[in-house]
Amino acid sequence: MSLRRVVVTGLGALTPVGKTAPAYWEGLVAGRSGAAPITRFDAGKFKTRFACEVKDYNPDDYFDRKEGRKMDIFTQFGLIAANEAIADARLIEDDVDKDRVGVIWGSGIGGLTSLQAECIAFAHGDGTPRFNPFFIPKMIADSSSGNISIRHKFRGPNFVTTSACASSSDSIISAFNYIRLNMADVIVTGGSEAAITESGVGGFNALKAMSERNDAPEQASRPYDKERDGFVLGEGAASLVLEEYEHAKARGAKIYAELIGGGMSADAYHITAPDPEGNGVVLVMQNALRDAGIKPEEVDYINTHGTSTPLGDGAEVKAIQKVFGEHAYDLNISSTKSMTGHLLGAAGAIEAVACILAMQHDMVPPTINHFTDDPELDPKLNFTFNEAQKREVNVAMSNTFGFGGHNTSVIFRKISE
Amino acid sequence: MSEIAEKVKAIIIDKLGVEASEVTPEASFTNDLGADSLDTVELIMEFEKEFNVSIPDDQAENIGTVGQAISYLEEHAK
Repeated sequence: MSLRRVVVTGLGALTPVGKTAPAYWEGLVAGRSGAAPITRFDAGKFKTRFACEVKDYNPDDYFDRKEGRKMDIFTQFGLIAANEAIADARLIEDDVDKDRVGVIWGSGIGGLTSLQAECIAFAHGDGTPRFNPFFIPKMIADSSSGNISIRHKFRGPNFVTTSACASSSDSIISAFNYIRLNMADVIVTGGSEAAITESGVGGFNALKAMSERNDAPEQASRPYDKERDGFVLGEGAASLVLEEYEHAKARGAKIYAELIGGGMSADAYHITAPDPEGNGVVLVMQNALRDAGIKPEEVDYINTHGTSTPLGDGAEVKAIQKVFGEHAYDLNISSTKSMTGHLLGAAGAIEAVACILAMQHDMVPPTINHFTDDPELDPKLNFTFNEAQKREVNVAMSNTFGFGGHNTSVIFRKISE
Repeated sequence: MSEIAEKVKAIIIDKLGVEASEVTPEASFTNDLGADSLDTVELIMEFEKEFNVSIPDDQAENIGTVGQAISYLEEHAK
């Protein structure tokens, strides 16, 4: 059985630097930071008091009140981004067969806001359980894919992938595989996360994983800078409509790019620390290249995981040099997390969208906040520091790695006959 | 209208996202006001909390309209 080709026909994004896919792209190219003091709760006693929030988010702008309050904020984000992608792909107008449209979503954490609120309410009570009947359906991570399918009556394969910060890259690969294997013609994929809560910020602080640069939030996410001190927590969502190539052509869909390969691997090293040798990361990029059937020299741009942690950034760069050899110097490398912060389970989705738009515009979004070279990193590499660079981008790779040692890499290429 | 009836109506408007004019005594939560089974459970819990009562499941099953809720609570509220 030959595998079917899969293309991208719709995009959506709700991010800290722009609340639609075009606005997100504009924010990236402008080098805009989404970081600011936390507004969602009083973070006065927390080690980190800033994050990359979706700005001026009000669910009433998107949902009627009854609908909105039955969804955790991470599901609201997901539905907003998915709606944009579905409209962009014209799936409803073109009356595609909804039995052949699936939803495969990614979330690393799920409804943390709902979980926290219900547990606090119980702890403040007299021991009588008064849990809200919507608590579990709001909290569970798969309420995102469930709600997207219910809204649009998509009856194809439907589930959520959870692999921490690799979650939505894994959802993209799952969607890719299901379409390749003829189990669906269209899959709405992507990811969403909303963990800027007391428990989210406090939990990541306890791991010593987050930047504590409270005096300069906008400069805190600085991948590959010598003074980097951890990631900046972000929130939001992005969505891609993946579609079988002939199906897309037959209905005259706008085709952004082809998804040509996906790779997965595990570090099998430590639950939170990256393997300093980057062995799992070498493997995941090799797996993705093999699946795509391309040579390393064909890759133009790598949107790295690059979270701005002291250990992780170096290990990934070392791995890129192992996989790409001399070609590493011809690559553009950038970490858009320098602007968006780290959207955890939604990172793979927003960064896949960045890769696709980089190809569409032949423009590489920058790694902002570069002040001091890190002597541990090869200065001949092009990290696209501080300003976007014009460049023909035919093939783009997106890497994401998650706590647990999950590594995922996807490769997109400009569409060709 | 009694104070209890006012509060009951306010809870229904808030939880079901309906207009005040729709919340008539005869209005059924499920048939007229768009509630599903989970909405109904949530309404009963809100009544319990607001009026400091405990409504057993077999009695909650008989509260299907706005009027039935008001009558029950006028009788049982503390």
